[in-house]
Amino acid sequence: MKGIYAVFKKELSVTFASPIFYAATFIFLVVSGYFFYSNVAVFTVLSFQARANPFLAEKLNLSDMVVRPLFGQLSIILLLMLPLITMRSYAEEKKLGTIELLFTYPISDAAVLTGKYLAAVFILLAMLVGTIPSLLLLEAFGNLDWGSILSGYLGVFLMGASFISLGIFSSSLTENQMVAAVLSFGALLLFWLIGWAKLIAGPAAAPVLEHLSIITHLDNFAKGLIDTRDAVFFLLFSLFWLFLTLRFLSSRFWRG
Amino acid sequence: MIVARELTKYYGLKQAIQDVSFQINRGEVVGFLGPNGAGKTTILRIMTCFMQPTSGAMLVDNLDCRSHSLEVRKKIGFLPETVPLYTELSVRSFLAFAGTIKGLRGKKLASEVDRATSLCGLSEHRGRLIKYLSKGLKQRVGIAQALLNNPPILILDEPTTGLDPAQIVEVRNIIKELGGQRTVLLSTHILPEVSHLCQRVIILNQGRVIAEDTPKNLTDKLQKGLRTVLLVDGPQDQVKARLASIEGISKVETFQREGEFVVESTQEENLRPLLAKTVVEAGWGLKEMKALDLSLEEVFVHLVTEEGKEAQP
Repeated sequence: MKGIYAVFKKELSVTFASPIFYAATFIFLVVSGYFFYSNVAVFTVLSFQARANPFLAEKLNLSDMVVRPLFGQLSIILLLMLPLITMRSYAEEKKLGTIELLFTYPISDAAVLTGKYLAAVFILLAMLVGTIPSLLLLEAFGNLDWGSILSGYLGVFLMGASFISLGIFSSSLTENQMVAAVLSFGALLLFWLIGWAKLIAGPAAAPVLEHLSIITHLDNFAKGLIDTRDAVFFLLFSLFWLFLTLRFLSSRFWRG
Repeated sequence: MIVARELTKYYGLKQAIQDVSFQINRGEVVGFLGPNGAGKTTILRIMTCFMQPTSGAMLVDNLDCRSHSLEVRKKIGFLPETVPLYTELSVRSFLAFAGTIKGLRGKKLASEVDRATSLCGLSEHRGRLIKYLSKGLKQRVGIAQALLNNPPILILDEPTTGLDPAQIVEVRNIIKELGGQRTVLLSTHILPEVSHLCQRVIILNQGRVIAEDTPKNLTDKLQKGLRTVLLVDGPQDQVKARLASIEGISKVETFQREGEFVVESTQEENLRPLLAKTVVEAGWGLKEMKALDLSLEEVFVHLVTEEGKEAQP
């Protein structure tokens, strides 16, 4: 456990010393702030229109028109930003040669991976916490459903943790950070859009593709529904890529 | 004690080492010597459990590196060839990280970091970021992390490569101090380093062990007969011819300075009194006479080139 904590702490120190972290977090907060502002602006315009249209007024609520779309938007920004956070995970260690230190210290590969994964998840958490003030501001002017907000955050967090596991796997494949980022972005985009293929897939493949689609599983969380199947999907998704990372790392024994 | 038994390692289809066997006893300072690509780093990487051999076994204190990887790693302090460091961290943070992974906690961690930094002359630089240190200081940080938790075995892969002469002397002094207390393995292609630091040398070439002995025994084995350097004040050609005519002298060659000759004798007996007598009787001045031992460089070149010749079809 102490070994995991040492790796976790080292990863955070190195990340906080990196300009990429600040650039990615800054862009994440600016773009999410912009999306939030746009959602609120549209809601405000519709609210004015609703004064003359009682039918429309019945349908207006902050959760559906501001908060729920926000989680979808946050997930898109994370799709773009998290590969930048995870790309250095193993790729940089390989490039600098520090991987040789890690692999010869008395610590297991699994402990190193856990430390790295938890550090990236902590950074994700910090990024998400940065978006909470916007919602607190909104709460001052209207009533928010905090239950569905927490559910939405849980969904985005689990989805982000899944992105991180795939990003770390991509990083373990190469010593080039850009290649790692492109690989993880491409793979995540594929898992994001794979559900669309159900329209052209056969009756047997369609449900499988839909189940593999990340966006399908996030949608329930954003609606305020915590379905165990969705949570298990994200957990298994993470474990699958972490397991592949470990297998790939241990291949050094026979590959050399 | 470290035992290598018939180690063979392939990288794809390329054979890096073949049937390498050796034994290193507790407290020895042993040098791995070989040209680039001889397989030194591969052997060290197997020893440090970074990779596994294709066949054969590496045992450290009777623990197999393959099946007891973590236990073996606890016994080893390793400085890789490129001296990889987390340059964004300060010296203290990096050593604290390495020490924690090596199982040190609390006060013991702090005292070990202090001990390693003072031993490597880094006490004044503890708070500095590694990226701002000179190459020599970075090398010392690399050695310091290997020393944490006082491992009984220290493995240093080319520890002085890329350093300036003053830094080389400093690093060698640190290694010398460490040598008395633990087993030290030094991989290098710099021969004076081995002569200065190592009690025993293992010479590798093309992935195989071609010689294994003390530097002195290696030079003695290959030095056939005696070599003497003479500085004579007299006509070059006549002196050379006169010396060559002495019975038992196999070769006379001019050396670095004018009037300087290297005389090689085939016989075991010492012909130096006869050489001196011959020069003086001829009426020439004998300015200097000294024995010339075979250097480790010459032993190394001899062994490696002999290997090369044998390997050719």
